Amino acid sequence: MVTTPGGGKDTLVQIRDLSVTYHTRLGPLSAVSGVSFDIRRGEILGLVGESGCGKSTLGRALMRMVAPPAEISQGQLLFDGEDIMAYDGEKMRDFRGRRVSMIFQDPLTSLNPVQRVDEHVVEAIQVHEPQTTIRVALNRARTLIQTLGIRANRLRDYPHQLSGGMRQRVMAGLGLVLNADLIVADEATTSLDVIVEAKLLDEFKRLRDEFNLTILLITHNIALVAQIADRIAVMYAGQMAEVGDVVTVFDDPCHPYTEGLLRSVPNVKLNEREVLYKMGGEPPNLTHPPMGCRFHPRCPMAMPICSAEEPALLPVVGDVEHLVHCWLHQPQTRGAEAQA
Amino acid sequence: MNIDPNDNLVEVRNLTKWFPVQRGLLAQVFGGTRRFVHAVDDVSFEIRRGEVFGLAGESGSGKTTTGRAVVGLTPVTSGRVIFDGIDLTTLGGTGMRSLRRAMQVIFQDPMASLNPRMSLGRSIGYGLEIHNPEMDADARRAAVVEMLERVGLAPANYFYNKFPHQTSGGQRQRAAIARALVTQPELVLADEPIAMADVSVRALLLDLMNELKRDFNLTYLFITHDLATAKYICDRVGIMYLGMMAEVAELRELYTHPLHPYSQALLAAVPVPDPHQRRTQPMPEGEIPNPISPPTGCRFHPRCPIAGEVCAQEVPAFRELRPAHRVACHYAERFLPSGD
Repeated sequence: MVTTPGGGKDTLVQIRDLSVTYHTRLGPLSAVSGVSFDIRRGEILGLVGESGCGKSTLGRALMRMVAPPAEISQGQLLFDGEDIMAYDGEKMRDFRGRRVSMIFQDPLTSLNPVQRVDEHVVEAIQVHEPQTTIRVALNRARTLIQTLGIRANRLRDYPHQLSGGMRQRVMAGLGLVLNADLIVADEATTSLDVIVEAKLLDEFKRLRDEFNLTILLITHNIALVAQIADRIAVMYAGQMAEVGDVVTVFDDPCHPYTEGLLRSVPNVKLNEREVLYKMGGEPPNLTHPPMGCRFHPRCPMAMPICSAEEPALLPVVGDVEHLVHCWLHQPQTRGAEAQA
Repeated sequence: MNIDPNDNLVEVRNLTKWFPVQRGLLAQVFGGTRRFVHAVDDVSFEIRRGEVFGLAGESGSGKTTTGRAVVGLTPVTSGRVIFDGIDLTTLGGTGMRSLRRAMQVIFQDPMASLNPRMSLGRSIGYGLEIHNPEMDADARRAAVVEMLERVGLAPANYFYNKFPHQTSGGQRQRAAIARALVTQPELVLADEPIAMADVSVRALLLDLMNELKRDFNLTYLFITHDLATAKYICDRVGIMYLGMMAEVAELRELYTHPLHPYSQALLAAVPVPDPHQRRTQPMPEGEIPNPISPPTGCRFHPRCPIAGEVCAQEVPAFRELRPAHRVACHYAERFLPSGD
C-alpha cells in the first residue's frame, strides 16, 4: 500500500490509487486515474480543476456512487479506517447519508418537489434511525433549520418556495441532522449569486468550526478555495497534479498547471494581476490520454521524460505536506538537473 | 481608439420594462388588480462610442432585460433607447430590421446561437445572407473564412464544415463571436459571454474580445454577474439592483470608491483568489426581494446597513457626486473620500 506522508494526522478518508473508468462506445475512458490523497478530520479541502478533469467523478466515487457505464476499476477507499469498498449494499446505504452527505450544484434535482422541508428532514432521520418518532424528528428538524439561519415557519414550505441559498442550506442540513462526518459539496455554490454564495461559505465555515465537520469542496472556482479551504488539491485530466496547504500552494505552486491556472484567475482587486495568463491548448480527450504526464502537451516546462513516463505524486523537497505530480520535482530528475 | 465622453452611441432614458403576471381564469373573469414584474424601472445611462460598458448585478437585477431593450429585442413599457440618434422605441419592424445588422448579440450559451444542424460556416454566413443579399456565395464564403481565422478558428476551412457538437465549448463561443461580428456591427451586446467557459479558456476569450473590439472599432455592452471578470474588459460599469440603476462610474473609480452600499457589498462578496486576503466583513441580510411588489423608496433599504427613515419613503435621485460618477443613495455622501 502506498503511504502518504502526513497520513497519520487524524485522517478521516484515505484514497489510494483510485481509478474510475467509463466504458464508452469509443473505448474505456479513464476519468480518474490512480489518484491518492487524504481528507483530514475537521478540514475544508478544496478540490479544483476544469470541466472534465474528474473532480466530480472522484467526489461520487468517495460514496461509491458511480453507476454503469462507469466503474471504480481499482483502488482503495478507507473511511475512518474501514474499507468501504468491501461494504455490501445495506451497509453502503447506511454509510451514505449517515457518514457522508452530498450537496450538488442544483438543489432542485436533489429535493423532492412534492415534499415539504420538514418531510425531507423527517424522512432522512427515519430512514437511518427507524426508532425515532415523528415528534422527536420534527423537533430536531426545527432546531436544525434555525441553526442554518432559516426561520422555523419555512419548514412547511415546498422546495420551490425557497430561495436558491436556502435550498442549499437545507441540503447541508440533511447531512447535519444525521451528524454526518463528511460533507461533499460538489459545485454547491455555483448557481448562486455572489452575495448568497459568500453567505453560504460563511455558513460552511461556521458548521466546520461548531460541529468539527469535514468538508470536501469540489469547485471550478479557485477563488472560493483561497477564501475558505485549509488545503487544496488540484486535478488535471483525471490525475492529481498537486496537493498541499492552501497558502503554500497559492504562494509557491510547484506544478506548471497549478501555476498557470492560478495566474489565469481574475482578481477583482485593482492593481493586482492586471493581465491574465493565457494557457495554450485544451485538456486532452481521455479516451486517448497523452503518454506520460497528461499535461505535457500544454506544459511550458516539458522535458523529454515527461512524454515517456508518468511521474509519481511525491513531496516537494523540504515540505512533506506539499505533494506534486511532476517530473520537475522527482528525485531522479532533480538529481539529473543538479549534475547537468 | 480614444473615447470621446460626449459621443454617445446609445442613450437610455428612463427605461422601464414591466412584465404582466399571468393571472388565473377567475381573476381574469372577475377582474382584480393586474400585477407586474418590475424588471427594469426608470433606468438611464449612456454608452459612448468605442467603450465597453459593463452592466453588473445579481440574478433578477434587470441587467439582461436592459441589454435586450438596448438592442431592440424587447419592446419597452416606457422610456427611450436612442441608438446613433435614432429612437428605437418608435421604430417599426422594417426600420428595426435594417438596424439589426449594426447591433449584434453574443449569448452565454453558444449552443443556443448556433443551429445544431448547420455547419459553423453556414451559421456564421447566415447573417450575411439576410443583411447583405447582394453578396454572392463565393464572396460570402470568403468573408466567413476570414472571420473564422480572425477569431482563432484556424485552419478556417477545417472549422467551416464542422458542426457545433464536433467542437469544444471554447471553439463554439469563438464561432458565436464570429457569427455576431461578420455583419460588421457597431454595437455588440455580450450577455455573460464567458460565464460557461473554464478559467483557462476565459482569459483567451477575454483577450480575443478586447482584440476584436480594437480592430473593428466596436462598442460593447457587456453584461456580467462577475465583477472580477468585468475588470479585464470594461471601461465603465453600471451596477443594477432589482430593476434600478444603483451606481454608474468609470471602472477604476467605482472599484476604488463605491458610493452605494449595495455596490460595496457586491464588490466585497467577490472571492479574491488569495488566501492572504480573506473576507472578514459581513454580508447584507436577507435576499433579493420579489420584483412583483418591490420595496418602496430605495429598493435596497430592507437589506441596507445604513438605511434611515427617508429610505423607505423616497426613491433616491440618481445624482452625480463625483465627476462622471452617479449614484442613487440618500446617504452616499458618507462614503465620499475625505477631501471631496
